[in-house]
Amino acid sequence: MFQASDGDRREWMGVLARAPLDALEGWLRRMDDMGSLPGRVWLRRPETGLVMVRGRIGGGGGRFNLGEMTVTRCALRMPSGEVGVAYVAGRSHRKAEIAAVADALLQSPETRQAVLHRLIEPLREQLLAERDRRRRKAQATRVEFFTVARQAGAASQA
Amino acid sequence: MDLTGVVPGFGDPAADSQGVFRGCLAALSRPGELVELDVQMEPVPGVHRAALALLLAMLDQDTRLWLSPSVVPAATMLKFHTGCTLAALPGEANFALARNFAELPPLESFAAGSDEHPEHSATVLLQVHEFAGACWRLSGPGILGTRRLDAPALGAGFLAQWQRNHERFPCGVDLFLVNGARLCGLPRTTQIMVEAA
Repeated sequence: MFQASDGDRREWMGVLARAPLDALEGWLRRMDDMGSLPGRVWLRRPETGLVMVRGRIGGGGGRFNLGEMTVTRCALRMPSGEVGVAYVAGRSHRKAEIAAVADALLQSPETRQAVLHRLIEPLREQLLAERDRRRRKAQATRVEFFTVARQAGAASQA
Repeated sequence: MDLTGVVPGFGDPAADSQGVFRGCLAALSRPGELVELDVQMEPVPGVHRAALALLLAMLDQDTRLWLSPSVVPAATMLKFHTGCTLAALPGEANFALARNFAELPPLESFAAGSDEHPEHSATVLLQVHEFAGACWRLSGPGILGTRRLDAPALGAGFLAQWQRNHERFPCGVDLFLVNGARLCGLPRTTQIMVEAA
Protein backbone atom coordinates (compact mmCIF):
# COMPACT_ATOMS: atom_id res chain seq x y z
CA MET A 1 0.00 0.00 0.00
CA PHE A 2 1.23 3.45 -0.87
CA GLN A 3 2.08 5.45 2.25
CA ALA A 4 2.16 9.22 2.05
CA SER A 5 5.50 10.60 3.22
CA ASP A 6 6.03 13.84 5.10
CA GLY A 7 7.20 15.38 1.85
CA ASP A 8 3.97 14.44 0.05
CA ARG A 9 1.94 15.89 2.84
CA ARG A 10 3.99 19.08 2.90
CA GLU A 11 3.34 19.49 -0.79
CA TRP A 12 -0.43 18.99 -0.70
CA MET A 13 -0.73 21.23 2.35
CA GLY A 14 1.22 23.88 0.46
CA VAL A 15 -1.18 23.62 -2.47
CA LEU A 16 -4.19 23.80 -0.16
CA ALA A 17 -2.74 26.81 1.66
CA ARG A 18 -2.58 28.83 -1.56
CA ALA A 19 -5.77 27.53 -3.18
CA PRO A 20 -8.60 29.94 -3.93
CA LEU A 21 -11.74 29.41 -1.87
CA ASP A 22 -14.11 28.89 -4.80
CA ALA A 23 -12.05 25.99 -6.12
CA LEU A 24 -12.23 24.30 -2.71
CA GLU A 25 -15.98 25.03 -2.42
CA GLY A 26 -16.56 23.49 -5.84
CA TRP A 27 -14.69 20.34 -4.87
CA LEU A 28 -16.60 20.06 -1.60
CA ARG A 29 -19.96 20.41 -3.38
CA ARG A 30 -19.08 17.59 -5.74
CA MET A 31 -17.96 15.45 -2.76
CA ASP A 32 -21.21 16.12 -0.93
CA ASP A 33 -23.28 15.14 -3.95
CA MET A 34 -21.59 11.77 -3.82
CA GLY A 35 -22.52 11.50 -0.16
CA SER A 36 -18.92 10.77 0.75
CA LEU A 37 -18.36 13.56 3.24
CA PRO A 38 -19.14 12.31 6.74
CA GLY A 39 -19.57 14.36 9.90
CA ARG A 40 -16.50 15.72 11.59
CA VAL A 41 -15.43 16.96 15.02
CA TRP A 42 -13.43 20.11 15.67
CA LEU A 43 -10.20 19.67 17.58
CA ARG A 44 -9.37 23.31 17.07
CA ARG A 45 -11.91 25.69 15.58
CA PRO A 46 -10.62 28.02 12.86
CA GLU A 47 -8.61 30.90 14.26
CA THR A 48 -6.84 33.69 12.44
CA GLY A 49 -3.45 35.03 13.41
CA LEU A 50 -0.18 36.40 12.11
CA VAL A 51 2.98 34.53 11.23
CA MET A 52 6.34 36.14 10.59
CA VAL A 53 7.68 35.16 7.20
CA ARG A 54 11.47 35.05 7.09
CA GLY A 55 13.70 34.89 4.07
CA ARG A 56 17.26 34.95 2.78
CA ILE A 57 18.38 36.96 -0.22
CA GLY A 58 19.34 34.58 -3.02
CA GLY A 59 18.95 31.61 -0.69
CA GLY A 60 22.14 32.53 1.18
CA GLY A 61 23.16 34.92 3.93
CA GLY A 62 21.46 35.62 7.21
CA ARG A 63 17.75 35.30 7.67
CA PHE A 64 15.73 38.47 7.98
CA ASN A 65 12.10 39.16 8.78
CA LEU A 66 10.33 39.75 5.50
CA GLY A 67 7.00 40.66 7.05
CA GLU A 68 3.94 39.26 8.72
CA MET A 69 1.18 37.51 6.87
CA THR A 70 -2.32 36.54 7.90
CA VAL A 71 -2.87 32.82 8.39
CA THR A 72 -5.92 30.85 9.46
CA ARG A 73 -5.53 27.43 11.02
CA CYS A 74 -7.80 24.68 12.27
CA ALA A 75 -7.78 20.96 13.04
CA LEU A 76 -10.60 18.46 12.83
CA ARG A 77 -11.14 14.74 13.23
CA MET A 78 -13.03 12.60 10.74
CA PRO A 79 -15.26 9.75 11.97
CA SER A 80 -12.68 7.31 10.56
CA GLY A 81 -10.08 8.75 12.95
CA GLU A 82 -7.87 10.76 10.60
CA VAL A 83 -6.94 14.19 11.88
CA GLY A 84 -6.87 16.89 9.24
CA VAL A 85 -4.89 20.06 9.84
CA ALA A 86 -4.89 23.24 7.79
CA TYR A 87 -2.79 26.37 7.79
CA VAL A 88 -4.08 28.55 4.96
CA ALA A 89 -3.29 32.05 3.76
CA GLY A 90 -5.88 34.69 4.55
CA ARG A 91 -8.78 35.05 6.95
CA SER A 92 -11.31 32.63 5.50
CA HIS A 93 -12.42 30.15 8.16
CA ARG A 94 -14.33 28.22 5.52
CA LYS A 95 -11.19 27.77 3.45
CA ALA A 96 -9.30 26.40 6.46
CA GLU A 97 -12.13 23.97 7.17
CA ILE A 98 -12.27 22.57 3.63
CA ALA A 99 -8.48 22.35 3.46
CA ALA A 100 -8.44 20.37 6.73
CA VAL A 101 -11.10 17.99 5.39
CA ALA A 102 -9.00 17.48 2.27
CA ASP A 103 -5.88 16.87 4.38
CA ALA A 104 -7.72 14.22 6.41
CA LEU A 105 -9.02 12.48 3.29
CA LEU A 106 -5.54 12.57 1.74
CA GLN A 107 -4.14 10.66 4.71
CA SER A 108 -6.58 7.82 4.27
CA PRO A 109 -5.40 5.31 1.64
CA GLU A 110 -8.99 4.71 0.42
CA THR A 111 -9.67 8.32 -0.51
CA ARG A 112 -6.19 9.62 -1.28
CA GLN A 113 -6.11 8.93 -5.04
CA ALA A 114 -9.54 10.45 -5.65
CA VAL A 115 -8.65 13.65 -3.80
CA LEU A 116 -5.26 13.91 -5.50
CA HIS A 117 -6.90 13.59 -8.94
CA ARG A 118 -9.92 15.79 -8.40
CA LEU A 119 -8.48 18.49 -6.18
CA ILE A 120 -4.74 18.67 -5.67
CA GLU A 121 -3.49 18.11 -9.22
CA PRO A 122 -5.86 20.59 -10.93
CA LEU A 123 -5.10 23.12 -8.19
CA ARG A 124 -1.35 22.68 -8.55
CA GLU A 125 -1.58 23.27 -12.30
CA GLN A 126 -3.75 26.29 -11.77
CA LEU A 127 -1.30 27.74 -9.23
CA LEU A 128 1.71 27.03 -11.47
CA ALA A 129 -0.03 28.64 -14.46
CA GLU A 130 -0.84 31.72 -12.40
CA ARG A 131 2.74 31.93 -11.16
CA ASP A 132 4.05 31.54 -14.69
CA ARG A 133 1.71 34.25 -15.99
CA ARG A 134 2.86 36.70 -13.32
CA ARG A 135 6.48 35.84 -13.88
CA ARG A 136 6.20 36.48 -17.63
CA LYS A 137 4.40 39.74 -16.99
CA ALA A 138 7.17 40.87 -14.66
CA GLN A 139 9.85 39.62 -17.04
CA ALA A 140 8.39 41.73 -19.87
CA THR A 141 8.94 44.91 -17.90
CA ARG A 142 12.39 43.98 -16.69
CA VAL A 143 15.13 46.56 -17.14
CA GLU A 144 18.79 45.56 -17.32
CA PHE A 145 21.30 47.98 -15.92
CA PHE A 146 24.82 47.95 -17.31
CA THR A 147 27.84 49.59 -15.81
CA VAL A 148 31.06 50.11 -17.65
CA ALA A 149 34.07 48.90 -15.68
CA ARG A 150 36.32 51.77 -14.69
CA GLN A 151 39.49 51.89 -16.73
CA ALA A 152 41.80 52.37 -13.76
CA GLY A 153 40.26 49.42 -11.85
CA ALA A 154 40.57 47.14 -14.88
CA ALA A 155 44.21 48.13 -15.33
CA SER A 156 45.21 47.46 -11.70
CA GLN A 157 43.61 44.02 -11.80
CA ALA A 158 45.49 43.00 -14.90
CA MET B 1 3.27 15.39 16.17
CA ASP B 2 0.85 12.49 15.85
CA LEU B 3 -2.61 13.90 16.52
CA THR B 4 -4.66 10.69 16.35
CA GLY B 5 -5.21 10.54 20.12
CA VAL B 6 -6.11 14.20 20.49
CA VAL B 7 -9.64 14.93 21.70
CA PRO B 8 -11.42 18.27 21.37
CA GLY B 9 -10.74 20.81 24.10
CA PHE B 10 -13.24 23.32 25.47
CA GLY B 11 -16.41 23.67 23.38
CA ASP B 12 -16.45 27.41 24.03
CA PRO B 13 -12.84 28.25 24.88
CA ALA B 14 -13.36 31.77 26.24
CA ALA B 15 -16.39 31.07 28.45
CA ASP B 16 -15.24 27.64 29.59
CA SER B 17 -11.73 28.69 30.56
CA GLN B 18 -13.08 31.73 32.42
CA GLY B 19 -15.55 29.52 34.28
CA VAL B 20 -12.79 27.09 35.20
CA PHE B 21 -10.52 29.93 36.31
CA ARG B 22 -13.30 31.27 38.54
CA GLY B 23 -13.81 27.81 40.01
CA CYS B 24 -10.10 27.38 40.78
CA LEU B 25 -9.97 30.83 42.34
CA ALA B 26 -12.95 29.92 44.56
CA ALA B 27 -11.30 26.64 45.51
CA LEU B 28 -8.06 28.34 46.60
CA SER B 29 -9.87 31.20 48.38
CA ARG B 30 -11.98 28.82 50.46
CA PRO B 31 -9.64 25.90 51.13
CA GLY B 32 -11.31 22.59 51.73
CA GLU B 33 -14.54 23.50 49.96
CA LEU B 34 -15.40 21.17 47.10
CA VAL B 35 -15.83 23.05 43.83
CA GLU B 36 -17.42 21.46 40.80
CA LEU B 37 -15.89 22.25 37.40
CA ASP B 38 -18.70 21.19 35.17
CA VAL B 39 -17.26 21.25 31.67
CA GLN B 40 -18.42 18.66 29.19
CA MET B 41 -15.45 17.15 27.38
CA GLU B 42 -14.40 13.90 25.82
CA PRO B 43 -12.53 11.90 28.46
CA VAL B 44 -8.77 11.44 28.38
CA PRO B 45 -7.69 8.07 29.82
CA GLY B 46 -6.36 8.36 33.36
CA VAL B 47 -7.10 12.06 33.75
CA HIS B 48 -10.05 13.27 35.83
CA ARG B 49 -12.39 15.78 34.25
CA ALA B 50 -11.64 18.63 36.64
CA ALA B 51 -7.87 18.15 36.25
CA LEU B 52 -8.17 18.28 32.48
CA ALA B 53 -10.33 21.40 32.63
CA LEU B 54 -7.93 23.14 35.03
CA LEU B 55 -4.89 22.35 32.88
CA LEU B 56 -6.60 23.45 29.66
CA ALA B 57 -7.55 26.74 31.29
CA MET B 58 -4.22 27.49 33.00
CA LEU B 59 -1.51 26.22 30.65
CA ASP B 60 -0.01 28.27 27.83
CA GLN B 61 3.23 28.61 25.88
CA ASP B 62 5.04 29.99 28.93
CA THR B 63 4.20 27.18 31.35
CA ARG B 64 5.93 23.88 31.90
CA LEU B 65 3.97 20.82 32.88
CA TRP B 66 5.14 17.71 34.69
CA LEU B 67 3.04 14.56 34.28
CA SER B 68 3.37 11.49 36.44
CA PRO B 69 4.44 8.43 34.38
CA SER B 70 1.04 6.86 33.73
CA VAL B 71 -0.59 10.08 32.48
CA VAL B 72 2.22 11.02 30.07
CA PRO B 73 0.04 9.94 27.08
CA ALA B 74 -2.19 12.96 27.82
CA ALA B 75 0.75 15.22 26.95
CA THR B 76 0.03 15.32 23.20
CA MET B 77 -3.49 16.57 23.77
CA LEU B 78 -2.44 19.21 26.31
CA LYS B 79 0.47 20.40 24.17
CA PHE B 80 -1.79 20.66 21.12
CA HIS B 81 -4.44 22.74 22.85
CA THR B 82 -2.29 24.92 25.10
CA GLY B 83 1.20 25.03 23.56
CA CYS B 84 2.77 24.16 26.93
CA THR B 85 6.08 22.33 27.22
CA LEU B 86 6.81 19.26 29.29
CA ALA B 87 9.19 19.36 32.23
CA ALA B 88 11.50 16.37 32.58
CA LEU B 89 11.86 16.86 36.32
CA PRO B 90 9.21 17.86 38.87
CA GLY B 91 11.40 20.75 40.01
CA GLU B 92 11.24 22.44 36.60
CA ALA B 93 7.46 22.49 36.36
CA ASN B 94 4.94 25.28 36.89
CA PHE B 95 2.08 22.78 36.95
CA ALA B 96 2.17 19.10 37.84
CA LEU B 97 -0.38 16.33 37.58
CA ALA B 98 -0.07 13.10 39.55
CA ARG B 99 -2.45 10.29 38.67
CA ASN B 100 -2.58 9.13 42.28
CA PHE B 101 -0.70 9.50 45.54
CA ALA B 102 1.62 6.60 44.69
CA GLU B 103 2.89 8.54 41.65
CA LEU B 104 3.30 11.84 43.49
CA PRO B 105 6.93 12.74 44.17
CA PRO B 106 7.67 14.34 47.54
CA LEU B 107 6.22 17.87 47.66
CA GLU B 108 9.73 19.15 48.40
CA SER B 109 10.83 18.15 44.89
CA PHE B 110 8.59 20.77 43.26
CA ALA B 111 9.55 24.42 42.80
CA ALA B 112 8.68 26.30 45.98
CA GLY B 113 9.57 29.81 44.84
CA SER B 114 11.91 32.10 46.74
CA ASP B 115 11.37 34.72 49.43
CA GLU B 116 11.55 37.41 46.75
CA HIS B 117 9.38 35.48 44.29
CA PRO B 118 7.12 33.04 46.13
CA GLU B 119 4.84 33.03 43.08
CA HIS B 120 7.50 31.09 41.15
CA SER B 121 6.23 27.94 42.79
CA ALA B 122 4.47 24.94 41.33
CA THR B 123 0.77 24.20 41.41
CA VAL B 124 0.28 20.49 41.97
CA LEU B 125 -2.80 18.49 41.00
CA LEU B 126 -3.28 15.22 42.84
CA GLN B 127 -6.02 12.86 41.72
CA VAL B 128 -7.77 10.93 44.49
CA HIS B 129 -10.21 8.02 44.46
CA GLU B 130 -12.83 9.69 46.61
CA PHE B 131 -13.31 12.38 49.20
CA ALA B 132 -13.76 9.86 51.97
CA GLY B 133 -11.64 7.72 54.23
CA ALA B 134 -10.22 10.40 56.50
CA CYS B 135 -11.45 13.44 58.32
CA TRP B 136 -9.38 16.63 58.32
CA ARG B 137 -9.90 19.84 60.18
CA LEU B 138 -8.49 22.74 58.18
CA SER B 139 -7.55 26.19 59.35
CA GLY B 140 -5.81 29.21 57.88
CA PRO B 141 -6.60 32.14 55.57
CA GLY B 142 -9.96 31.75 53.82
CA ILE B 143 -11.41 29.72 56.68
CA LEU B 144 -13.35 31.28 59.53
CA GLY B 145 -12.34 29.19 62.51
CA THR B 146 -11.91 25.69 61.16
CA ARG B 147 -13.48 23.69 58.35
CA ARG B 148 -14.10 19.97 58.35
CA LEU B 149 -13.20 18.08 55.18
CA ASP B 150 -14.05 14.53 54.24
CA ALA B 151 -10.60 13.84 52.91
CA PRO B 152 -9.03 11.05 50.94
CA ALA B 153 -6.97 8.59 52.95
CA LEU B 154 -3.44 9.53 51.88
CA GLY B 155 -1.51 8.26 54.87
CA ALA B 156 0.73 9.88 57.42
CA GLY B 157 3.50 10.47 54.89
CA PHE B 158 1.39 13.05 53.11
CA LEU B 159 0.49 14.93 56.28
CA ALA B 160 4.14 15.21 57.31
CA GLN B 161 5.04 16.52 53.85
CA TRP B 162 2.17 18.98 53.98
CA GLN B 163 3.24 20.25 57.38
CA ARG B 164 6.76 20.94 56.06
CA ASN B 165 5.27 22.61 52.97
CA HIS B 166 3.10 24.81 55.19
CA GLU B 167 6.04 25.81 57.36
CA ARG B 168 8.05 27.07 54.37
CA PHE B 169 5.64 29.99 53.90
CA PRO B 170 5.87 32.28 51.92
CA CYS B 171 7.44 29.54 49.79
CA GLY B 172 5.84 26.17 49.11
CA VAL B 173 3.49 24.58 46.62
CA ASP B 174 -0.26 24.93 46.28
CA LEU B 175 -2.22 21.73 45.89
CA PHE B 176 -5.48 20.74 44.28
CA LEU B 177 -7.10 17.44 45.23
CA VAL B 178 -9.14 16.27 42.25
CA ASN B 179 -11.84 13.66 41.97
CA GLY B 180 -14.00 13.45 38.84
CA ALA B 181 -15.47 16.87 38.16
CA ARG B 182 -14.78 18.12 41.70
CA LEU B 183 -11.71 19.64 43.21
CA CYS B 184 -10.59 21.04 46.51
CA GLY B 185 -7.88 23.68 46.90
CA LEU B 186 -5.17 23.44 49.52
CA PRO B 187 -2.99 26.56 49.38
CA ARG B 188 0.32 26.50 51.26
CA THR B 189 -1.26 28.61 54.01
CA THR B 190 -3.70 25.89 55.06
CA GLN B 191 -3.01 23.79 58.12
CA ILE B 192 -4.33 20.28 58.34
CA MET B 193 -5.25 18.54 61.60
CA VAL B 194 -6.43 14.95 61.53
CA GLU B 195 -9.62 14.16 63.38
CA ALA B 196 -10.78 10.80 64.52
CA ALA B 197 -13.48 9.80 62.06
